[in-house]
Amino acid sequence: MKALRAARMERCIGCHSCSLACARQVHKVLSWNKAGIRISSSGGLSTGFEARVCLACHPAPCAQACPTGSLAQRRDGGVIQKRNLCIRCGKCAEACPVDAIFLDHLVNPYVCIHCGQCVPYCPHDCLELVDLPSREEEEGSDD
Amino acid sequence: MIRDFFRVMVVDLTTGKTRLKEIPGRAEYLGGSGLAAHLFREFGHIDRDWDDPEQPLIFAIGPLTGYFPLMSKTCCAFRSPYHNQYTESYAGGKSALSLRFADLDALVVTGKAKRLTAVCVGSRLVDVRDVEYMRGFDAIQTGRVLRKIFPGSGRRSIMRIGPAGENLSAYACINVDTFRHFGRMGGGAVMGAKNLKAICVLGDRGFDLPEGKAYPKLYKHIFEQLTTTEMMAKYHGLGTAVNINPLNALKSLPWKNLQQTSSPEAEKISGETFADDTLLRNAACAGCPVGCIHVGFVREQFQTNNQYLYRQVGYDYEPIFSCGGMLEVTEAPEVLRILDVIEKEGLDCMSAGVALAWATEALEKGAISENETLEPLKWGDSETYMRAVEHLGRQDNDFYRLLAQGTMKCAKRYGGEDYACVLGQEMAGYATGEVFFVAEGLGFRHSHLDSGGYAYDQKHDEKDVDKALNFLLQDGRERIVLNCMVGCLFSRGVYKDDLLAEALESVGYGELNGSMEDIGRRVQRMRWRLRLEMGYRPDEVVIPKRYTEITTWKGPVDVDYMDALRRAYAAKIMEMGAPPEDEGTQAPLSTAKKTPS
Ligand code: SF4
Ligand code: SF4
Ligand code: SF4
Repeated sequence: MKALRAARMERCIGCHSCSLACARQVHKVLSWNKAGIRISSSGGLSTGFEARVCLACHPAPCAQACPTGSLAQRRDGGVIQKRNLCIRCGKCAEACPVDAIFLDHLVNPYVCIHCGQCVPYCPHDCLELVDLPSREEEEGSDD
Repeated sequence: MIRDFFRVMVVDLTTGKTRLKEIPGRAEYLGGSGLAAHLFREFGHIDRDWDDPEQPLIFAIGPLTGYFPLMSKTCCAFRSPYHNQYTESYAGGKSALSLRFADLDALVVTGKAKRLTAVCVGSRLVDVRDVEYMRGFDAIQTGRVLRKIFPGSGRRSIMRIGPAGENLSAYACINVDTFRHFGRMGGGAVMGAKNLKAICVLGDRGFDLPEGKAYPKLYKHIFEQLTTTEMMAKYHGLGTAVNINPLNALKSLPWKNLQQTSSPEAEKISGETFADDTLLRNAACAGCPVGCIHVGFVREQFQTNNQYLYRQVGYDYEPIFSCGGMLEVTEAPEVLRILDVIEKEGLDCMSAGVALAWATEALEKGAISENETLEPLKWGDSETYMRAVEHLGRQDNDFYRLLAQGTMKCAKRYGGEDYACVLGQEMAGYATGEVFFVAEGLGFRHSHLDSGGYAYDQKHDEKDVDKALNFLLQDGRERIVLNCMVGCLFSRGVYKDDLLAEALESVGYGELNGSMEDIGRRVQRMRWRLRLEMGYRPDEVVIPKRYTEITTWKGPVDVDYMDALRRAYAAKIMEMGAPPEDEGTQAPLSTAKKTPS
């Protein structure tokens, strides 16, 4: 199972190509927020850029907080999203420890699904898809 | 989302009130440059000076902003403090995408606040704040504080001015997101005159895209072209600073206030040297994968015992020419230190550098003395230039007060007009020859970007007035189309009219197919008309003597050819800007004319 990693953010030029690509291709919107990855400067442009992106937690606090199963745990980390089950309560975003879930003004959550569609759009090769180490079944895991 | 009308937010600083207006005209004006001129017709005043509180400050984006890569710029239009006529300036940063995601085609600021004010607008927010405590803050410091008081890190743009803007310097710039600027023509002073320290635009909305594959497919195609072509590699690699060496080799690099057009020292401030010795990293405007912004660093010892600080300073070709070559400062870090002070003061770096080059020569020739300059200006002496920049930003005496209004205005008082390197405004960095000197001297924007006259000079040594004139007009018109889309001009090799039409089609707005050229022509006329109505006399433009004394790769400048082209271009501008017969929809604003102050 793959996960997206913002592995080389020191190279980032702040072009937002990644977030625009995710919004366009995954969510079919024009946006730089409504995306699984969001770019911000770490306090003014002279400090470089950070990516807000899902870390593929296991267990995923957002999935645990979700009351409807709209966000479900992926086998090796991260979540699967089923939009039609979402009641837009916003619990997921609250639960994410790294602010990786974006809630728009209608409380629609946007979270990375680790599909890698953003990767080829990064001109500086900041992003990569990596294999997550596979996990034991439920009982053997650490939750 | 691309609508037939424009959605425009109007902030009135006098009343503190904001309105949203829907203004028709997409098919006539497209956006950007066309929209801005159209909005000036609606909100501007021909019969009032630039600093009248009612004059608008306009920011406009294009139909494809955010939809496609490099559609990443904003057009800022206003009546200029430099010549008291209509003008425009372009910048990127995050300004364009922030406006797009705030769901605005344009932002118009009118009126004057009682005290220093900052404004934040977004798709669901308007916030007008008293920031009187920021008076005198430099542009960097201002950005730092604003990031704390307004929301939206990562999805907003912060535009602000430094002391030069507050003090109404005619070439005060508007700093956009630290490394970009509405540089030329004094937009910063227009903000200063409105008591407007900063504008934050919060891009907090998103929009549905058309179903189907056409749009993502075309996006991918354009993205690939823009990230793989050689043309773009140049902007990304060394950046525009790559120009230093070739222009020097062509004897077209303005040097030492244009006393020379090349120097064996140029290598020391070439793009290659900057890249090797000072380049820290690249950055990009939002929505642009090219990343042409080059950020250099300087470190400075501020105390003995190894106490250092470091600064990050953006550089490009123009800043290096104006604060390096023109001042004969030939060490890359020293050029950056001067630029850093200019940045903080909030001045246009081209104008500031060229103005100080003139002042140095004037001092040398005895037209002025140290009583005026307050510093012993000397070629290559960066420490002195850094202090002079502060005098200029703060207008510390009568001399600097006048110099801050423009080099030629100062030269008219003190003498030395012959060697003031002013082509409309303080010159851009291309001593390439007759076509460029005419193009910039009479150009609409007084940067070098109206047309590629500099490139024409480098390729043509024949002296054919008609051919050169046609080039200026045709190339100018093509660029205007891109200025209406507000695409980055670096992408002009890729975004031809057909591709633009295809792009509009793919996002469900194919109506403009085929009319792009008409729009270019219409906007070209409209912009010149605004200038002429405000008193512009292209036939009276003088190209200073210095430009007749130089030698390029083509040999000495041909004064007769230059003059003939100047007259022909001036006549053409008068013709283009004449009152229209066929544009009955355009009510003239007012016929009262103003002469520049
Ligand atoms: S907002 Fe939707 S996805 Fe998030 S916790 Fe609530 S129901 Fe689950
Ligand atoms: S991996 Fe997919 S979901 Fe995650 S940020 Fe990239 S494009 Fe979006
Ligand atoms: S695409 Fe790459 S360089 Fe551009 S913002 Fe995203 S991570 Fe940064």
